[in-house]
Amino acid sequence: MTHFHTLRRGSNWPTIGHFTMQAHQRMLDSTPDGLNSGEPPLLRTIGLTKSYGDFLANDSIDIDIWPGEIHALLGENGAGKSTLVKAIYGLIQPSAGEIRWQGQRIVLSGPSEARSLGIGMVFQHFSLFDNLTVAENVALGLDGRESFKDMSARLEQVSKTYGLPLDPKREVWQLSVGERQRIEIVRALMQDPKFLILDEPTAVLTPQEADQLFVVLERLKAEGRAILYISHKLEEVKRLCDTATILRGGRKVETCDPRRETAASLARMMVGSEIKEVKAASGRKTTVPRLVVNDLSLAPGEPHGVRLEHISFELKGGEILGIAGVAGNGQDELFAALSGERLSKDPGTVVIEGIAAGHLSITHRRRLGAAFVPEERLGHGTAPRMKLSENALLTGHAASGMVHRGFIDTAATLKTVDRATETFDVRKAKRDPEAASLSGGNLQKFIVGREILRNPAVLVVSQPTWGVDAGAAAVIRQALLDLAIAGAAVLVTSQDLDELAEIADRIAVMFHGKLSAPLATREATREKLGLLMGGSSLELEEAAHAAGA
Amino acid sequence: MQLVLEKRAERSGTIALVSPLIAIGLTVVTMIILFAILGKNPLLALHAYFIAPLTDGYSLQEIAVKATPLVMIAIGLSLCYLANAWNIGAEGQFLVGAVAGSWIAVKTQGTDAGAWVLPAMLVLAAAAGALYALIPAICKVKFGASEILTSLMLVYVADLFLDYLVRGPWRDPNGFNFPTTAEFDPVATVPLLIEGGRLHLGSIIALLVVAAAAILLGRTIKGFEIRVVGAAPRAARFGGFNANQLIVLTFAVSGALAGLAGIIEVAGPIGHLQPGISPGYGFTAIIVAFLGRLNPLGILIAGLFLALTFIGGEQAQIAMKIPLDVTKVFQGILLFYVLACDSLILYRFKLSFPNRQVARGTH
Repeated sequence: MTHFHTLRRGSNWPTIGHFTMQAHQRMLDSTPDGLNSGEPPLLRTIGLTKSYGDFLANDSIDIDIWPGEIHALLGENGAGKSTLVKAIYGLIQPSAGEIRWQGQRIVLSGPSEARSLGIGMVFQHFSLFDNLTVAENVALGLDGRESFKDMSARLEQVSKTYGLPLDPKREVWQLSVGERQRIEIVRALMQDPKFLILDEPTAVLTPQEADQLFVVLERLKAEGRAILYISHKLEEVKRLCDTATILRGGRKVETCDPRRETAASLARMMVGSEIKEVKAASGRKTTVPRLVVNDLSLAPGEPHGVRLEHISFELKGGEILGIAGVAGNGQDELFAALSGERLSKDPGTVVIEGIAAGHLSITHRRRLGAAFVPEERLGHGTAPRMKLSENALLTGHAASGMVHRGFIDTAATLKTVDRATETFDVRKAKRDPEAASLSGGNLQKFIVGREILRNPAVLVVSQPTWGVDAGAAAVIRQALLDLAIAGAAVLVTSQDLDELAEIADRIAVMFHGKLSAPLATREATREKLGLLMGGSSLELEEAAHAAGA
Repeated sequence: MQLVLEKRAERSGTIALVSPLIAIGLTVVTMIILFAILGKNPLLALHAYFIAPLTDGYSLQEIAVKATPLVMIAIGLSLCYLANAWNIGAEGQFLVGAVAGSWIAVKTQGTDAGAWVLPAMLVLAAAAGALYALIPAICKVKFGASEILTSLMLVYVADLFLDYLVRGPWRDPNGFNFPTTAEFDPVATVPLLIEGGRLHLGSIIALLVVAAAAILLGRTIKGFEIRVVGAAPRAARFGGFNANQLIVLTFAVSGALAGLAGIIEVAGPIGHLQPGISPGYGFTAIIVAFLGRLNPLGILIAGLFLALTFIGGEQAQIAMKIPLDVTKVFQGILLFYVLACDSLILYRFKLSFPNRQVARGTH
């Protein structure tokens, strides 16, 4: 199929750009030689391959990026998206194949060479120094030799031009995640890139912040810059992108126009099969309160950590409470306070199964019937270089009959591995491999399975499907629902609002260490949650609306 | 073509076993070069080092005697190192144990004290070693002081304390002013296993310690705690294990074992307290622990091997006038290679042939 696409000529040309570009017609699905205009694509990879040992992270990928397009790179975790952009940005050398920039073959020795060509990148994980100011951070990331004063002036100019407000003199630790991302974007824009790569930029933003970002991206596009937009949020891609290239298992599946596809058809291309729908809970009854948090306040354990302030909620058996919020607003601190990795002086702040547990260790809390799944799979939820059976023992030693008189019952630990494998379809090369050798999705299924098999009364889980493939995510969400049906109280912290909408009964939002009052899920619109995630209180907003009307 | 170090998906069990052997091989090659530079016949020197001591019964017993303290100390150290607690001061704990045990021997000298003397000496030596090791452990836990520095510095404190005792209050009045205590009474001496031989009861104790450590690490929850705290501290905290508690525990156990080794050495092969009771057992045991892969059985083998280098070094000195310090050079090189070869457990070498690229950049 052939789509013709005419580029709009922007009315006002970029103030910081030095290049002009011609509008041209092109065919999207053309073979490399089948172009009907003489202009080569801005960036093209031909047969790009990257192997790690026997593993092909990228298997001869052809991709064309044209000026003035927002090109989505879609794929599940492990599909090869990161490898591809790292090769394009010069962070890794391809094993085979080539990269062409404006028709010329290039070999990048590193990111600075990519930047000097006009390729910019905004990473998902920011590389910023907390104790330095915005301007200092930007200066550190630039290759240029201009004076700090000139650079600061240019920083302010760029941030004003693109509607990305930043105070150059503030220190990074005081900024929200959205503002930190702005630094990274402005830093990339200050190099006047012709081509900008964004790795899952909306993962850390509120819906409103994401909307603001889209305006900026549209503007960059109108200026004739190309954008490669990595995401797995399909609705977003349909809304924003002109082209989408879908990767699966290191190979390119298709390049298409996402606006002509449905979210379901895109998902099918990403996953390769239909995704199981999570069965909504039916006949779930709430029972007694199983997890109660009373006015929990806790000073941060590390510099620039978040202080928990007056957190209170009650969670009954049979109920799933979702906690939304932009990362870094105290979710990690709340998890540590609930799990007992950090203790509270006042026992009554955390009540598990009717017993004041704020001062009790994580082992004691497990014995009361609580189970915990942290966000970080390797190094927190499991010891990476230990076997699964040993990792079963890690949390099972407290209460699962795995230890008799100080001696480990190896058969019992292996049995837990086998049961988790069977119940949650954990795929692994041998019966008892090291945790680090499992894929993210399979390891997460094992961790969730390990806790659920203990029949917990309370399950506290953080980012249950973060970086997990769609199939495993469905299994995990179903398991959480089933656990609630069985009568457990489940607390899910997630940045994925769709996930919370799918499984939670009520959703509360964390902002600056405070927790909002929970909303019933059917009343929790994206707008309302977005406002709470940005720190507005709903009452005030409604009052403002009323006053305006 | 280039040689790249590539991460393995899972740690290689084969290399974990083979890597100490590769390290020994590389050390021997290096030693051959070193002997050649010293102007000695490398083959004869290697024979003196590694073959000659294995050919007569006396030397074989002597190897076991030398291996006894090495293995006991190294077992304790391996527990520390597995738990990420860096006890470098086993030498000092060894000396303090020797001093404390000797105190009973000195005080009961010439009395008709009974069979309780030796057991009491062993217990007191272990307790003293443990207490001495607790100093750096508690400084670490309470104040965050580097246990590497504090434990190492305490070695010299113990060394000078022992020196003071044998030159002062405990000096044998009939010892012609030599800095030594009188010979211990028979009830204060570790019994020999073979009449007229060198092998003593301490070797049996060392074997029991190896067996106990194997059970502790392989079968018990405490051993598991030690391993997790070292391998993945955050996961250990999530598992409910207290890292500080384990630092204190492993330091105490390793100090106790070093102290025990100290009194066994003094009340066994030496027979009295004097300066220089240790040719650096506490430091060599660090090499033994790593060469044995922090595994009890491996430590037993590694301890025997390093004991061989001590005996071989003496024989080479006698037969070929090779300086005794060459033994220490050998041990140092060996530790270097052991640590270097360990990277092969998680990584492998690979020849890579990057495709020839024609153009470079277009700007």
